[in-house]
Amino acid sequence: MPIKLPSFRPRRDAYPPDLWTKCPSCGEMLFNKQLDKATRVCPSCGHHFRLSAQARLDLLLDHGSFEELDAGLQSVDPLGFVDQKPYPDRVIAAQTATGLRDAAVRGIGTIDGQPVSVCVMDFGFMGGSMGAVVGEKVTRAAEDALARRIPLLIVSASGGARMQEGTLALMQLAKTVGALERLRMAGVPYVSLLSDPTTGGVFASYAVLGDVNLAEPNALIGFAGARVAAGTIGAELPPGFQRAEFLFDHGFVDRVVHRSELRAELALLLRYLQPRALTAEAATSSLGLSSFRPLGILSSLADRVLAPAEEPAPAPAPPLPAPAPASSAPSAASPTAEASRG
Amino acid sequence: MVDRLLGRSRDATPAPFPAVPADSADNQAAVWARVQLARNLRRPHTLELIRLMADGWVELHGDRLFGDDGAMVAGLATIDRHRVAIVGMQKGADTEENIRRSFGMPHPEGYRKAMRVMEMAERFGLPIVTLIDVPGAHPGAESEERGIADAIARSIALMSRLRTPIVAVITGEGGSGGALALAVADVVIALENATYSVITPEGCASILWRTPEEAPTAARAMRMSAGEQQRLGVVDVVVPEPAGGAHTDHAETARHLRATIVGWLDALVPVPTDQLVEARYRRFRALGPYTETAAPAVPAPERTGLADRLRNLLDINRWASPTGPQPGQGRQRDEPPARDEV
Repeated sequence: MPIKLPSFRPRRDAYPPDLWTKCPSCGEMLFNKQLDKATRVCPSCGHHFRLSAQARLDLLLDHGSFEELDAGLQSVDPLGFVDQKPYPDRVIAAQTATGLRDAAVRGIGTIDGQPVSVCVMDFGFMGGSMGAVVGEKVTRAAEDALARRIPLLIVSASGGARMQEGTLALMQLAKTVGALERLRMAGVPYVSLLSDPTTGGVFASYAVLGDVNLAEPNALIGFAGARVAAGTIGAELPPGFQRAEFLFDHGFVDRVVHRSELRAELALLLRYLQPRALTAEAATSSLGLSSFRPLGILSSLADRVLAPAEEPAPAPAPPLPAPAPASSAPSAASPTAEASRG
Repeated sequence: MVDRLLGRSRDATPAPFPAVPADSADNQAAVWARVQLARNLRRPHTLELIRLMADGWVELHGDRLFGDDGAMVAGLATIDRHRVAIVGMQKGADTEENIRRSFGMPHPEGYRKAMRVMEMAERFGLPIVTLIDVPGAHPGAESEERGIADAIARSIALMSRLRTPIVAVITGEGGSGGALALAVADVVIALENATYSVITPEGCASILWRTPEEAPTAARAMRMSAGEQQRLGVVDVVVPEPAGGAHTDHAETARHLRATIVGWLDALVPVPTDQLVEARYRRFRALGPYTETAAPAVPAPERTGLADRLRNLLDINRWASPTGPQPGQGRQRDEPPARDEV
């Protein structure tokens, strides 16, 4: 058996252990501690390096306000997928290298004192790929935002769906987008921040659907990678293709924001985009007081949006105190609503 | 998972036809043969299937925004006694037609045409049948400029809330997001030799095996055949094809498919709309297994001491060793799942 020499490569790619980093844009040698202090933006040319999920949370949220939720979600291997090595081994290697359980971290925090439900992706964990765990965290973040009626912020950094989970990873597109659609119909704002890179199935699902889409300068954002395009249709791609500015020029990104201004921009947007106040009718129906329907609050919200409201919108009413549960209400009120609270 | 889905189907919609038993013993050659059958040029394509299945057909054109995409067809039809809207991808029968229809790979305007017709179907209370046969959405500069990711995400969002029954049929290739954009349905049917995958086997092989030559291996690993997808719960019903494949007898294929589609339309049309939309949401909400533990995340790797670094080094070395992880070290896998699904 050949002797396998120790290799630093996986670790260095994701998290440089060296003292110095060479800027890929201007070639300047940067001292890592200074780079971290500058939120990993090259001081000489403004190149934005990738951020880990933790660094991103530190950058955007008020200090100490973040409370992580669903930290225990763990990928399984539904297909028994083996390529160069088995999928569970890849997951464990990524966990060892990053200290994360999967490629997304979600929870509740505040930005300039305003509460948000937040989900942040980490490209260092298997290329930020979206499997069932990432899809579940994004979905729960959306459901949490809906239940608490606070804005949703998702920071994307991903190569796309996780191939090792096959079509079950593809189904996460439908799962996350379905939850976001309910959020949209309920009038709760969603800001999507696209960082380098946001491609494939992540871009073609929740990342592109923000009420406001923000992007970091020069971030790679696109659906099919240049290699796929070249391989499938044999076409050459124009320079600057699939960069944040390209998306901006074509109208799919609202603002390209320098990292140093992100927090202030988000705080400003959140002051404008407040969740629509629950009408008295919706407040009662969400508490199950009015006509009980076993399908739960989400479909009743959908009814409200799709059917013209009979009453004029009343002033936002304070949520009514919950009475003793109606005897006609079985425990299966709505699994979805329960999950969003659980 | 399949049982639960079938359980869901049973209370709302009895399965009208026995499904083809899942072939668990599909080896690599068998899966690859199915991939070739799904791509067969003489396989009945969407317009031909519509001609064989429907009693009347009016094609509608244009997305009202940019143009008319030949890779997507949409229109109104009568199947048995059901008036329905049909949308689907259209491949060409020869090279000339394939160039006109860009090899069945829709541009954004194709998906927007489909969305326009599906919204119209909802307005007029028509059920929707989608016929899916697509290698993938069109990759390339013009697709990206016009927002292919946006079109796919919005199509998924629209289908997740449409208040009318939706029957999706994968008739050939079910290629990634381009297929899912029409496959968020109340029931997902697949022909026996159809495939459904998160990425083309060639694309998967060139990323994970670093050579497209390994495509048959990747096809097997992704479990992309219809029978395997049924066992994963992604596909609900598999419709048998004539011996030798659908291309050997178009009429027979269409006859089987028509009976299945009509059976499901009969079952879905009487279901109350609220229940239908909620069941559709829950169907996709439940896809993608994971485990959940109360334990905190993997210990953070924030270590600076030399001894710690050495330990890290050994750690990585251990995971990278050719024998794979030693027993007892797959700590996450040993933890009992707190629950397996929502």
